[in-house]
Amino acid sequence: MEEKVESKKPQWAMVIDLDRCTGCEACVVACHAENNIRIAGEGPAAGGRSVNWIRVERYYEGEYPDIRVKFMPVMCQHCEEAPCEPVCPVYATYHTDEGLNGQVYNRCVGTRYCANNCPYTVRFFNFLDPVWPEPLSKSLNPEVSVRYRGVMEKCTFCIQRIRKGEDKAKDEGREIRDGDVNPACVQSCTARAMTFGNIADPTSEVARLSKSGRASRLMEELGTKPRVTYLSRGD
Amino acid sequence: MSKEDVLKSNINSDLLRPVFKTGIGWYITVAISGSLLLAAMGAFGYQLYSGIGVWGLNRPVMWAFDITNFVFWIGISHAGTLISAILRVTGAEWRRPVTRCAEAITVFALMIGAMFPIVHLGRPYLFYWLAPYPNSRGLWPNYRSPLLWDFFAINTYLLGSLIYLYLPLIPDLALVRDKAKGLRHKIYSIASLGWRGTQVQWSRLEKAVGVMAVIIIPVAVSVHTIVSWDFAMTIRPMWHSTIFGPYFVAGAIFSGIAALIMAMAVIRKVFHLEAYLKPIHFNNLGLLLLTMSLLWFYFTFAEYLTSYYGNERVEKAVFQSKISGAYAPLFWAMVVCCFVIPMPILAIKKLRTISGTVAASALIVVGMWLERFLIIVPTLSQPALPFNWGSYRPTWVEITLTAGTFGYFVLLYAVFTKLFPIVAVWEFKEGLTLADHAGSVAEPQRLVAHGD
Repeated sequence: MEEKVESKKPQWAMVIDLDRCTGCEACVVACHAENNIRIAGEGPAAGGRSVNWIRVERYYEGEYPDIRVKFMPVMCQHCEEAPCEPVCPVYATYHTDEGLNGQVYNRCVGTRYCANNCPYTVRFFNFLDPVWPEPLSKSLNPEVSVRYRGVMEKCTFCIQRIRKGEDKAKDEGREIRDGDVNPACVQSCTARAMTFGNIADPTSEVARLSKSGRASRLMEELGTKPRVTYLSRGD
Repeated sequence: MSKEDVLKSNINSDLLRPVFKTGIGWYITVAISGSLLLAAMGAFGYQLYSGIGVWGLNRPVMWAFDITNFVFWIGISHAGTLISAILRVTGAEWRRPVTRCAEAITVFALMIGAMFPIVHLGRPYLFYWLAPYPNSRGLWPNYRSPLLWDFFAINTYLLGSLIYLYLPLIPDLALVRDKAKGLRHKIYSIASLGWRGTQVQWSRLEKAVGVMAVIIIPVAVSVHTIVSWDFAMTIRPMWHSTIFGPYFVAGAIFSGIAALIMAMAVIRKVFHLEAYLKPIHFNNLGLLLLTMSLLWFYFTFAEYLTSYYGNERVEKAVFQSKISGAYAPLFWAMVVCCFVIPMPILAIKKLRTISGTVAASALIVVGMWLERFLIIVPTLSQPALPFNWGSYRPTWVEITLTAGTFGYFVLLYAVFTKLFPIVAVWEFKEGLTLADHAGSVAEPQRLVAHGD
């Protein structure tokens, strides 16, 4: 692995409090609306063709009626040591100096190798051209590019909102601070289970929460160093 | 005249007959295999027009028939060059009638296998982005990606095997040139590079073939090792394995020999080359196949036992789906095809006949295709997070493409036998001459002695 460059730029990270998550999937809907995510339809979705940059995984413990459901929102973990990055033969996926796992749609030739090497299965391939049923086709977000067939896509941490927030802070001549950037999922979380911010700033909420005793990272034993932290009492 | 003298006087006419005379069978073969190829081209056209979604791929199974075919055909390609090179380097005299069939398999199987990394791309028309060429965007490919290693390894191997096929063809091209008339004569004159059979030319050819034979062995080994690294370099269960390099190379040689035996049996039958491709060749290759079958079983056993014993949750899910789950029928069919039936056939001398080795080979080719499928799909369909488990079913497009590869292979091979002598004439004659001069020396004599 190459040396990490000492970056003055904000380092984006997210904290998700699983003890607060109700599994309502508002984040999923918000993400679809914000990021021009294709609608697969019932049949293709059952065949594994649905695209959800963020999904709420449900795990059941026990047998009915003595049952517990656990919800876990999972999106691209923006790993600092991302397994998807070295395997791309054309650098279509790479690490930005803000710690984001970038995906360049125009560079992607569609080997799908990155998706195969992602332990979190958060990468989505455009197998066919996207179709939006009326009137959804009229509600595309102009700030997000529409992906056509043959390229990989995944959660960007709402890069368009990050750029906007950074520009605003720059215009006001100050450093980035909490509240400047909120991805669609974070903004729409009714239970306020999700927090987003600059983990390089020790005073930020994400920096504080990620040091919590309840904090863990998904499959951190793989050494991927995810930028998403989960909080859970672990019972 | 003794039997041997009859053979000697007929060598040219026997071995050049397929080049100059074409039977109805050849046209039928070309028509059938050509239609398969056309069907596959139609399927590919449909895929280009509609997108790769016309395949059965999904999330999480992003590779399936495409990469199975890729690994399978690259594996078949190890028949040739590697076998012929090893036999040449070790001076195995019985190789002489076998080498050219083997080398031709390599080139054609490689051409077919190398198509799949392009065919399977989401945007196949951009495949050249993997090549490091100066461009206005200042972009360079990623040398850390095993796919890029593949790109270079396969191109090197293809170029090397083409040279290795072409060099020993030169004297035979000159032979065809001398027998042909008109346009054909002109084409072969150019192709034979002015070969006149002088002492200098012979010694140069021998040197070149000798050097290429030595060079091509490490290239062939590295190619399939790198193909295996496409899987082994990832962190997926039952892919991330140190054994994969040698396991894949052994499997490749295994399926390659099987393909070679089948091709030889067909050539022997349709071109009436019984006096050249003899039971001894099938016996010797059968013994080689037996060795590889045992080696394959050993590798498979070692690989699965460690997964089982490790008992990691993620690995166990994949392991169990193969042993007793959804993929169990295919898995056990693979074990039967690669080991349970072929091993006794090849081990028992009475059964190691031409038809015996061909039957074993046919099973092995099927079994090795299944092996590649079972390495790829079960691992992909069961990612670490069980919420994302999926399954895979091929569509008619993938099945047509797969059938088309076999059609394409047969077509290329059939055309090859029309253009070039499929048994190397000069090599065969050289063997006879060596045997004559050696007199009672045992080694070269064997070829003639075993001619039953």
